[in-house]
Amino acid sequence: MSTPVVQIDNLAVTFDTDAGPVRAVRGVSLQVESGQVLAVVGESGSGKTVTARSILGLLPQTARTTGAVLLSRPDGTGTHDVTMLRGSALREVRGRDAAMVFQEPTSVLNPVYPVGWQIAEGLRAHGGLSRAQARQRAIDVLRRVGIPDPEHRVDHYPHQFSGGQKQRIVIAQALALNPGLIIADEPTTALDVTVQAEILDLLRRLPAEFGTAVVLITHNMGVVADLADRVAVMLDGEIVEQADARTLFASPQHEYTRALLAAVPRVGGARLRTAAATDEPAVAADVAPVVVARDLRIVYPGRLRSPGFTAVDGVDLQIRPGEVVGLVGESGSGKTTIGRAIAGLTAVSEGSLAVLGMEMNGVRERRFRPLRKRIGFVFQDPATSFNPLLTIAQCVAEPLVVHGVASSPQAARAKVDELLEAVQLPRAFGDRFPHELSGGQRQRASLARALALDPELLIADEPTSALDVSVQARVLDLFARLQQELGFACLFISHDLAVVDLLADRIVVLHRGKVVEEGSGDQVLGEPEHPYTQRLLASLPVPDPVEQAERRRQWEELREA
Amino acid sequence: MTTTIDKAPQRPSVLKRLPVVHQLRSSVGLQRGMLVTGLVLVAIFLLTAAFAPLLAPYGFGQLRADGELFGSQQRPSSDHLLGTTVGGFDVLSRVIWGSRTALTTIVLAVALSIVVGIVLGLLSGYFGGWLDRVLVVIADAIYAFPSLLLAILAAIVISNGQADKWGGIWATAISITVVFVPQYFRVIRAEAVRIKAEAFVESARVVGAGHVRIMTRHVLRNSTRTLPLIVTLNAGEAILTLAGLGFLGFGISPTQAGDWGYDLNKALGDVTSGIWWTSLPPGLAIVLTVLGVSLVGESLNDLADPRLRTRRRAAALAGAVGTTTAVPGGVLSAGPEGVDGVDLLEGPDATPTPEEGARSRGADGDDA
Amino acid sequence: MTSITTAEPTDLVPGAATPTPGRRRAGGGLGRYLLVRFLLIFPTILILVTTVFVMMRATGDPITAAQGGRLTPEQLAERIHAAGYDRPILVQYLDYLGSILRGDFGTTISDNRPVTEVLTTYGAATLELACYALLVAFLVGIPLGRIAAARRDRGIDATFRVSAVLVYATPVFFAGMLLKLVFSVWLDWLPVAGRASTGTEIELQRNGAGTGIYLIDAISTGDPAAIQDVLEHAILPAIALGLLTAGVFLRLVRTNVIGTLATGYVEAARSRGVSERRLLRKHAWRPALVPIITVIGLQIALLLAGAVLTETTFEWKGLGFQLVQYLQARDYVAVQGMVALLAVIVALTNFVVDVIAALVDPRIRY
Repeated sequence: MSTPVVQIDNLAVTFDTDAGPVRAVRGVSLQVESGQVLAVVGESGSGKTVTARSILGLLPQTARTTGAVLLSRPDGTGTHDVTMLRGSALREVRGRDAAMVFQEPTSVLNPVYPVGWQIAEGLRAHGGLSRAQARQRAIDVLRRVGIPDPEHRVDHYPHQFSGGQKQRIVIAQALALNPGLIIADEPTTALDVTVQAEILDLLRRLPAEFGTAVVLITHNMGVVADLADRVAVMLDGEIVEQADARTLFASPQHEYTRALLAAVPRVGGARLRTAAATDEPAVAADVAPVVVARDLRIVYPGRLRSPGFTAVDGVDLQIRPGEVVGLVGESGSGKTTIGRAIAGLTAVSEGSLAVLGMEMNGVRERRFRPLRKRIGFVFQDPATSFNPLLTIAQCVAEPLVVHGVASSPQAARAKVDELLEAVQLPRAFGDRFPHELSGGQRQRASLARALALDPELLIADEPTSALDVSVQARVLDLFARLQQELGFACLFISHDLAVVDLLADRIVVLHRGKVVEEGSGDQVLGEPEHPYTQRLLASLPVPDPVEQAERRRQWEELREA
Repeated sequence: MTTTIDKAPQRPSVLKRLPVVHQLRSSVGLQRGMLVTGLVLVAIFLLTAAFAPLLAPYGFGQLRADGELFGSQQRPSSDHLLGTTVGGFDVLSRVIWGSRTALTTIVLAVALSIVVGIVLGLLSGYFGGWLDRVLVVIADAIYAFPSLLLAILAAIVISNGQADKWGGIWATAISITVVFVPQYFRVIRAEAVRIKAEAFVESARVVGAGHVRIMTRHVLRNSTRTLPLIVTLNAGEAILTLAGLGFLGFGISPTQAGDWGYDLNKALGDVTSGIWWTSLPPGLAIVLTVLGVSLVGESLNDLADPRLRTRRRAAALAGAVGTTTAVPGGVLSAGPEGVDGVDLLEGPDATPTPEEGARSRGADGDDA
Repeated sequence: MTSITTAEPTDLVPGAATPTPGRRRAGGGLGRYLLVRFLLIFPTILILVTTVFVMMRATGDPITAAQGGRLTPEQLAERIHAAGYDRPILVQYLDYLGSILRGDFGTTISDNRPVTEVLTTYGAATLELACYALLVAFLVGIPLGRIAAARRDRGIDATFRVSAVLVYATPVFFAGMLLKLVFSVWLDWLPVAGRASTGTEIELQRNGAGTGIYLIDAISTGDPAAIQDVLEHAILPAIALGLLTAGVFLRLVRTNVIGTLATGYVEAARSRGVSERRLLRKHAWRPALVPIITVIGLQIALLLAGAVLTETTFEWKGLGFQLVQYLQARDYVAVQGMVALLAVIVALTNFVVDVIAALVDPRIRY
């Protein structure tokens, strides 16, 4: 039995903070065999990132570590306990024995040096190579990760590559020295689904083609099902369950694992809205629609005589009263732009957009203002949706005060309390400040604010994208329930097909500013017609290894086509 | 997941949350030392200015006591602890009275420039458009120009070279205002532009709030985070400019008020003869006052920026990490928007820019 | 089937209200950026010279300000008329602009020479002083700033920072006076004032290269005594002005390098085994350069102001010294002309700085 590439023995990491010591990791034991992919799964605060970083000794000064992290050299000549290493010994291990792939490719590539230089840097830090040799190695590794024309692109700067390509470059940097282990920290979280599938494919090839083992840190169960051989589930700094992938998904033992798996939205899974189960429209066709877009175009003007960017390019769309329309697309598809145009935040360039009967093309704010009472908007980022200097109650009361329903936030307090209860937040939260609430709590408060004036139309722009899986499940559940009770029409914007499928009556798929497909959940996601939709669906990993293996095969076929 | 009795962290009492007190308590080591030293020096300055009549042995323009002339360039003695100037005035008294002049000038200058700078910066940043672009070009032009020279011009104009007390003070104050408005303008404008794009401002727009409400309630309140820092920086520069003007001959005549710069101007010739007591005291007064104010500013800046702050064996903060608060012209991180894309208050663009194929995501919180 | 991996990058954030001002576009070219920066020089200069004009005319005309109390009303009116100060203000303004475009910044009242001649006569002296000061500032401020950033919050950093603040707090003329007191008067190591002793000056006039920059002239005479004399006179002013600027540079470099040391890409490099020293030298340093360069450009302006004060303290006969002479003579035409001229210089310097910054940072393009 060969030595495992990395073996973690009873690792405990404590941080010293202003508020006293915080135990981030308590007694974690793991090992990864050569050529294996281990996924470490958990939500925020589970300690998965700290555990992975300790393999390379990348913890801040305030961290105190006990236990052992035994990392072996790729050529088998020895094992080091990383927790004991300092200075140049630690530096040698880094990059040579193990290397890291980070989450946000843009922030880990130095913007002022060409990518080739940055790859060669790692090579030359470990000695021995001349500049020409290092450059050649860099070109090689770029080619192997799938960057076309590497001989030229090796001299390009990071900003000249797309997001997916940048992540490939980051992977190339990690692979340059042929380490035995790659630690991938949420490597695809910042990428679009279709790009994610490509990167996952690359990561999957690593053990076979490069001989490296992989420790994958993620919260996305679909990615786990796609890549992992073994899975370790972490909660509050401890491993609650560890098993090989198929066993874990098929029969999870620990209650947390079961709950986690149950909370993951699945395409074609149980829907939250029973009315969405059929192909018939949820509402009779003769009722006037809330939103009608005809050949809608929105162009962002370019600067200094450069051409503008057409975000929305001839879109037809309708939302009927009481209907939930899911608008799906990747970045650059224009989905957020459409949502903002409907809410009056972005101007319409051409075509027609009628919101609650008013034509938005060329509309004056003064005329539109009275209609704003009937529209609610939930933003994506819970961290910035609230004025940090105002209490929650003051924020939620804002629509009421602005439209004269209440004279001041204090006067509106009764209604605010009602709203908070409706989103399952205790009344006392009204007196708290936004930073004192968690992300999920803030999104619920955001929902309360959007519903304050009982709107006919609610626009939700990626409302749960920034939340943990279990938190997301709860918010979506609440959302569906409120929609059923209050009966507002809703435009639900998301990049996540599974989430949209949970809620929407109809789904509209956008690609580069155009509608490529439209229909009910069953139609669009069950039997997609447009190649882009097919690719989108095929790229989405499902949280079931057996099924995912089959889907992967189909995706590869689709890709060759 | 689990049902919730949602708990919030305990909030410390109001007193402990007051701005400077909060920094004092949360700072450590060098930064605390700097802050404390700075505050002590500033306190001394303020007290001296306030109690000048009680502290100074003689008046600022006093040439004689008990019918006897002081005499000029007298060495320090028991009658004149710091000696007398070439004009025959008591050095110590003039230094003490000079603090009052300095304080008055700073207060005037800072007050004027803040108001004008904030209003213009807010309007410009919020509304954008051609007004914004024009103002930015003007502000950049003035900002890049040596402030002392502009101050000289302003002083000429206002006082026509005359140096009566209020004329002198106003001349200095207004000239300093002219050169400092662009600074406040730029900082507030950059903040306004940044905050305007935040979700909570857009939320207010969607709700239908009017411009005035959004500007005052949302944008303004959140833009003023870095103001205390700039105020301290500008107070320091105000004193230096005042002294500079005095040194160049635009000081206030000694019979009208104490003026450190004026004293230094007159002391220049003394230095060659080895007379040190006429130049050292006013000079040191300037140094200590500006030092105090700058130390407070430096430590405020450090404490406000989580990246620069030393914590008690620090680790992650609760709450969002803010952007760098380094300030142009003083504690420095970026220049005027001559380098497009280097945002005023953020350093090299370290925040990731979502591009095609990427979307931003931050995993966030538990409910339990 | 479009290949996703080779999609062209775009940096517009969909859903942003408008592309955020300051967001860079990939491609577009260095040329366009520089052209725009160049074009911006003109409005900048216009604003500044207009400001100068407005300020000077706000309370009347220069002649009254200078000679008001000393001439009879008729003589005054005559002179005002002769100089054209009684014409409508708009006409005066346009005339003023026109002269500036022709390079005519006015003629001094006190010694009746064109301001541009003042510049050429005394400019070299100020240039020399500025160069010495910048040399000191670069040699002291930048390396110390880097060390301070690397050894953050430890003893060395503390010392450097406090020193930098202390230097900032000391008015440059006071620093000059102290230096004079200690080194010239008490210790008698260095001369008290001036650029060179009279003997040397005569020699430079006679045998020197005539550039006006004493060091070059002295070297050209080949006389070691002359060189030493010139340097001895230069030390104290250079230190006074240089240390002030060094302090600013130190804090600037420190803040920016701390900033880049904290970025993701430096951490990523660390994770690949790059040494701390190399991280500081290569990875963190260059991205920090752009904001540093820009602000250094601003300090040129600060240097000019400081030069005025330093020259006065040390009787260094450069532009600043001359400006003060004119001030004391109440020759406001000269003052106005010189300030306007300096404004032009500052605007041009800032443009040069922009060019350098753009060359260093590959991301800066319109």
